[in-house]
Amino acid sequence: MKLRGKSWKFGDDISTDHIAPGRYFHLRSNLPELAKHVLEDADPEFAGKVQKGDFVVGGNNFGLGSSREHAPTIIRVAGVSAVMAKSFARIFFRNCINVGLPALICDTDQIDQGDDLEVDLTGGKIENKTKGTVIEFTPLPIVMVEILQDGGLAEHVRKHGDLDLSCGPPKE
Amino acid sequence: MGKTIAEKILSEHAGCDVHPGEIHIVTVDVTLVQDGTGPLAVKQLQSLGLEKVAHPERTVLFLDHAAPSPRKELSNDHVTLRSFAEKTGAVLSEVGDGVCHQVINEGYVNPGDVLIGADSHTCTGGALCAFSTGMGSTDVAIGMALGKTWMLIPPTIRIEVTGTLQPGVYSKDIILHLIGTIGADGATYKALEFGGPTIDAMEQSERFTLANMAVEAGAKCGLIASDDVTREYLDSRGRAANFREIAPDPDAEYERVVEIDASKLAPTVSFPHTVDNTRTIDEAKGVKIDQVVIGTCTNGRLHDLMVAASILRGKHRHKDTRLIVIPASREVYLDALRAGYLETLVEAGAAIVNPGCGPCVGVHEGVLADGEKCLSTQNRNFHGRMGNPKGEIYLGSPAMAAATAIRGELADPREFLS
Repeated sequence: MKLRGKSWKFGDDISTDHIAPGRYFHLRSNLPELAKHVLEDADPEFAGKVQKGDFVVGGNNFGLGSSREHAPTIIRVAGVSAVMAKSFARIFFRNCINVGLPALICDTDQIDQGDDLEVDLTGGKIENKTKGTVIEFTPLPIVMVEILQDGGLAEHVRKHGDLDLSCGPPKE
Repeated sequence: MGKTIAEKILSEHAGCDVHPGEIHIVTVDVTLVQDGTGPLAVKQLQSLGLEKVAHPERTVLFLDHAAPSPRKELSNDHVTLRSFAEKTGAVLSEVGDGVCHQVINEGYVNPGDVLIGADSHTCTGGALCAFSTGMGSTDVAIGMALGKTWMLIPPTIRIEVTGTLQPGVYSKDIILHLIGTIGADGATYKALEFGGPTIDAMEQSERFTLANMAVEAGAKCGLIASDDVTREYLDSRGRAANFREIAPDPDAEYERVVEIDASKLAPTVSFPHTVDNTRTIDEAKGVKIDQVVIGTCTNGRLHDLMVAASILRGKHRHKDTRLIVIPASREVYLDALRAGYLETLVEAGAAIVNPGCGPCVGVHEGVLADGEKCLSTQNRNFHGRMGNPKGEIYLGSPAMAAATAIRGELADPREFLS
């Protein structure tokens, strides 16, 4: 499966407070309205300018902080098709997969603001068409691939009627 | 090969021997959601036709982040959680009962449990030797309904603490020092295990502060072996029968061991806007502070209020510095009332806010003005955290907060010890 879009570049330590600020706490049950403020405290213009299919590209420890699943959800609601970072905070990473938003760990130093990217999700590669380079991303654990392929954790449980994942020892 | 605490608890809940890097389905004993994350969890279960909970008596829905509600949208979210509790038999923790991580430990968490909560500071339960971790709304919703979840078994970093803390230095300073040393992503996806003579001698309240902030180093949990201190805590809450001694095996394998000599630590403060941006108080004095907050799930317990009251007794907050105090739970509130700590704090100029999260999440009860600086005993100082991206948040211990309220600028609590 291939995704194509433009990159929106952010720095290190983008927190869930940057993504879904606490002052909009009252909008958490109104995701389209909350999504109008997505990443507002990192780039106030982002929400108004992001196009369907674009990518959010961060540095280290992207998504640190709160467990609020609303953070990756409104990134997805805003039209973003995948998030890339050098590293992700744990809860945010898991939440991305659960809401069906691919989270890719890769060397984002090779991506600048506005670069034209094509992501091959199954092939594990990102083609930077602006720079003419190819960046590999770390494969997701098989459990996460299964959840992502089902469209998120809720859809997975709807489809299987249970947590039906290829887990257990031993794994390398 | 021996096991760490995390590997022991997760092996029991997976039904087989687990090792770091493996993924397992594990059973879940206790679950929690709060008013910021619970409505989405409920919505997911409703959409799946799964409006049920596996263990109603150990599933707790908290109204604490925006409680009492400051807006009609949030009042409606509260109704969603109340209705779900009524329908499923889950426990509702009402407005004024307290902040989830305090109340869940006071009443529900036992050594050896697996607790998942839709709040990142769920890791606080590690101080009672429960594998206790934060997840998103959907993960916790599924855990609530099915009584299980999937876990990537984390490698463990051992934090070995020796030496006696100097007067005026607390567990808050240990954890801020640690995060300043290993970084805000120093333990991402890993378990922290705190141990050593300093931890063995540490009372339960101070242990909660350590575990509470494990996530600020990126960790999945922050565990402390259960011992006589744990036993006494459970006993005082009528749960003596639930005590189990759990400790790591002597030959447990750690990814890394970090050693801290507590006797060398000074009062420590995190500067804006990341928790790992730490300095000792000697390097921080003179920063004017507009608002001081004492409370939250990190430092809103009786011991914290006692320390603050002992410094503020007979003194008054600086005229330009507001002082907000939030007991972490109804139990703490009553105990602090009876002990006279709240009277002392009110006489010193404090505004007492009802038990809950207070201004920490930026919803109400102390939102900063443009350009204002706040010293808080909370766990997080991110850009915009307290409701205004033009505000600045500093983090420190209750003792530092009390000293700072008196001086009106970042102050060393050691100068106020009698």
